[in-house]
Amino acid sequence: MSLRSPIGRVLGLGAAKEGVSHWWSQRVTSVALVLLGLWFVASLLRMPGFGYEVVVTWIAVPLNAVLLLLLIAALVYHSQLGVQVVVEDYVQHHGLKIVTMLFITFAHVVVAALAIFAVLRVAFSGVA
Amino acid sequence: MESSTTRKRPLSPFLTVYRWQYTMALSILHRVTGCALSVGLLLFAYWLVAVASGRSMYYEARDFFAHPLVRVMLIGFSFAFFYHLLNGVRHMTWDTGHGLERKAARLSGWIVFLGAVATTALFWLLIARRFGGAA
Repeated sequence: MSLRSPIGRVLGLGAAKEGVSHWWSQRVTSVALVLLGLWFVASLLRMPGFGYEVVVTWIAVPLNAVLLLLLIAALVYHSQLGVQVVVEDYVQHHGLKIVTMLFITFAHVVVAALAIFAVLRVAFSGVA
Repeated sequence: MESSTTRKRPLSPFLTVYRWQYTMALSILHRVTGCALSVGLLLFAYWLVAVASGRSMYYEARDFFAHPLVRVMLIGFSFAFFYHLLNGVRHMTWDTGHGLERKAARLSGWIVFLGAVATTALFWLLIARRFGGAA
C-alpha cells in the first residue's frame, strides 16, 4: 500500500502517468497540419489537371512525395488522438470502450499504411 | 467504508443545465467536423491508392469523385476542413491565454464560421474556374 495521498499520486504526470503528452501531441500535429493542409489545398488549386499522368507526375516530384507522406502521418496521428478523446467521452462501458479504441487504432494504422505505400509506389515507379 | 475517493460528491453541471448559445454550437461543430474529417481520411487514402493502382483504377476513382452526390459530400468535407483548421487556430490562440473573454470569443466565433463558409466557396469557385466540370 502506498503511503502517498490520492492527490499526491495524480499531481505532475497525473493518474494515467503520461502528463500532458496527449494534449501536446494534438497541438504539435495541429500546427503541422495548418502548414501541410494549406500546402495541399494550394497544390490542388495549382494542379494543371486531374488526368492520370498529371497526378502521377505531381506525386513523383520528391518534395511533393515527402510532404504528402508527412501530411498522411500528421493527419492519421491527429485523427487518432481526436477520435480517442471522443470515444473516451461518449463510450461509457469500459469493455466496449477498449474494443472501440482497438478497432479505431487498427483502422488508423491500416489507412496510414495504405496511403504511405501508395505514395511510395507512385514516387518510386512513376507512370505504370 | 467511505474514503476521500469513494465518497459521493456533487457532479459538475452537465450540458443540459446551460442556456443554449451559439458558441456552444461552434464548439460541438469542431468535434463534429473533426469526426467527419476522420471519415474523409478514408476518401483521401482511397484516392492515393487508386493513383498507385494504375490508370483504370484511377479513372474509376475519378468517376466516383465526379458523381454529383459525392461532389456534395466533398463540398461538405472541404467545409469541415476549413472550419476545423480555422477553429483550431482559434483554440490554439486560447491556449496562449488570449481571446478568452466573452466578447472576443464570440467575435472570433463569427469570424471562424463565416471565414470557413467564405473559404469553402472560394475554393470551389477557383476549382470550377480552373477546371470547369472536368476536375
